Amino acid sequence: MTAAQATRSVLPDESGHFGEFGGRMAPEALMSALAELTEAYLSAKADPGFQAELGRLLRDYAGRPSLLTEVPRFAAVAGGCRVFLKREDMMHTGSHKINNVLGQALLTKRMGKTRIIAETGAGQHGVATATAAALMGLDCVVYMGEEDTRRQALNVARMRMLGAEVVPVSTGSMTLKDAINETFRDWVASVETTHYCIGSVMGPHPFPMMVRDFQRIIGVEAREQVLAAVGRLPDAVVACVGGGSNAIGIFHAFIGDHEVALAGCEAGGDGLATGRHAATVAGGSPGWIHGMRTFLLQDDEGQTLSTHSISAGLDYPGVGPEHAWLHQTGRASYRAITDTEAMNAFSVLCRTEGIIPAIESAHALAGALQLGPELGPDGVLLVSLSGRGDKDVDIAARWFGHLGEDEQGR
Amino acid sequence: MTTLAAAFEQAAAQDRAALVGYLPAGFPSVPGAIEAALAMADAGADVIELGLPYSDPLIDGPVIQNAVHRALTGGVRVADVLATVQAIAASGVPVLVMTYWNPVDRYGVGAFARDLAAAGGSGMITPDLTPEEAGDWLAAAATYRLAPVFLAAPSSSRERLELITSVCGGFVYAASLMGVTGARDAVGSQAADLVGRVREVTSLPVAVGLGVSNGRQAAQVASFADGVIVGSAFVNRLLAAPDLASGVAGVRELAAELARGVRQARPAPAAIVADQRR
Repeated sequence: MTAAQATRSVLPDESGHFGEFGGRMAPEALMSALAELTEAYLSAKADPGFQAELGRLLRDYAGRPSLLTEVPRFAAVAGGCRVFLKREDMMHTGSHKINNVLGQALLTKRMGKTRIIAETGAGQHGVATATAAALMGLDCVVYMGEEDTRRQALNVARMRMLGAEVVPVSTGSMTLKDAINETFRDWVASVETTHYCIGSVMGPHPFPMMVRDFQRIIGVEAREQVLAAVGRLPDAVVACVGGGSNAIGIFHAFIGDHEVALAGCEAGGDGLATGRHAATVAGGSPGWIHGMRTFLLQDDEGQTLSTHSISAGLDYPGVGPEHAWLHQTGRASYRAITDTEAMNAFSVLCRTEGIIPAIESAHALAGALQLGPELGPDGVLLVSLSGRGDKDVDIAARWFGHLGEDEQGR
Repeated sequence: MTTLAAAFEQAAAQDRAALVGYLPAGFPSVPGAIEAALAMADAGADVIELGLPYSDPLIDGPVIQNAVHRALTGGVRVADVLATVQAIAASGVPVLVMTYWNPVDRYGVGAFARDLAAAGGSGMITPDLTPEEAGDWLAAAATYRLAPVFLAAPSSSRERLELITSVCGGFVYAASLMGVTGARDAVGSQAADLVGRVREVTSLPVAVGLGVSNGRQAAQVASFADGVIVGSAFVNRLLAAPDLASGVAGVRELAAELARGVRQARPAPAAIVADQRR
């Protein structure tokens, strides 16, 4: 199927496939729950009462619509085109993750479940889940790779403040993929009372579809905002891609606009050639991971490879199946941004615009710095600023050497 | 060589449940796993379930995760798994490979089925493959006469049990509880209920796995199921042992205890007769 045909139909299909990607590979113990979730979600989606409640929470609690900010001083470094940032960093809890979590938490209550569990990498999804759980009176457990609990210690403290239990995961590579494994293991044993609030457009059907639907408001708003600001659509939309939820969120409203290029920025780590990266589309191959068929980083025998990125939130060997499909159909393109390129863009935004981005989002900013010069001065770029950098101050300060030895906390 | 179907038929003829023992290939080493599996069969396991080590064992508890991680760190490859199948099958006991799907997908499902059959394997247990996504495997299983074993869970509806059993071969793997692999203090009441519900929709033998670790529990499960599957308890014996020889001795001892267990459940004249399988 071509991208043009696909935009006229509705994806995924009934079994959760985006072309050859997606689907549902799961232990039998979860199959009933996945069917129940699909049914509950589709019924909620069609229920004006549910949508009104979600809309109210997004507006009055999370802070939607998020701002669209033009950043001319940053744009001057990006070749002089016009650059607009979609300010998901301004949302409650500091990133786009809240959009999805409020939807899934409402759905959890609708299904009569009392406990919500989640995986987290950088901690943004964990914090958002802990927040929604506190708001709605749900028990909450968040699984986080032990390595990530160290590099994102501030978010661990935030989750605990909000009343969530944080479980460090010390198996495997001790990062996001292992946290996901452990959350699935909890879910298999607790599925009757518990909802697994997956944080990205990944996992078995219906998660990639449902999380996309909760995140697509980013692009719906941004499309209108850019039209209002410049009277036309942007030439390109740029977003960072780990699992890919902010990217799908901002891309989705533009998929049918064929004059708009969609550019995903993956974590290139030390560079694709070094093998130390998390650039799944750029450096991976099709296979199955965490319940979905998608691109993943695997060895010649199908074992998942360990990943590297300065950004805990992008440090994942798989990617949402809709991205795999957008890549395969050519509708979106994906590039690898190295740690160094991301941190350079991080610094540029701080110093030109007074905005400290999340290191995840800095990968999208680096993509903008690459794409801008290609577009020239008449170009218009829309960039998803998916999160704010407060959580990353420690890592960034070390990277840039902003703290003397006696000023470092540890 | 005993076929998988024959192993269950023989157990039934002796009015007892079959004993299925699990070990991951490559743990504690490739030859060590072969030695342990042969000891297990020699001491009374009717069927061997050989795990193909995978980096992301989603439904395994800490014991099997640990063993599999060590096997992978030790450099075990699919070729080693197939060689292990061959060594065990050559002794006459039926062997199935238990594997998560991605390694098979990567190898190529047709090629994997061909090579598994060539090694003397009897089938494949696929804990994360759903019947809905299993078309290629079912075709390959038919071509190479391999048993496709799928799992049934306490949460499975009748509709799903019909779907699962319609594609299963050899036996149905009934998960005794909602949870990951690992020993439990008691066998849950869900197990007997699930076996009953599976029997309503199929005439295939039903084997119960997850949580069984000793002879008493094996006897309990054998009173209502056609097979008893034990994994983590065997792996634990190898993990706890100071060296391979004592680990293998531990595996042999446990297999013998479990073999007595599956014979205690339904005391009948046939069960008293010594096992004449070999």
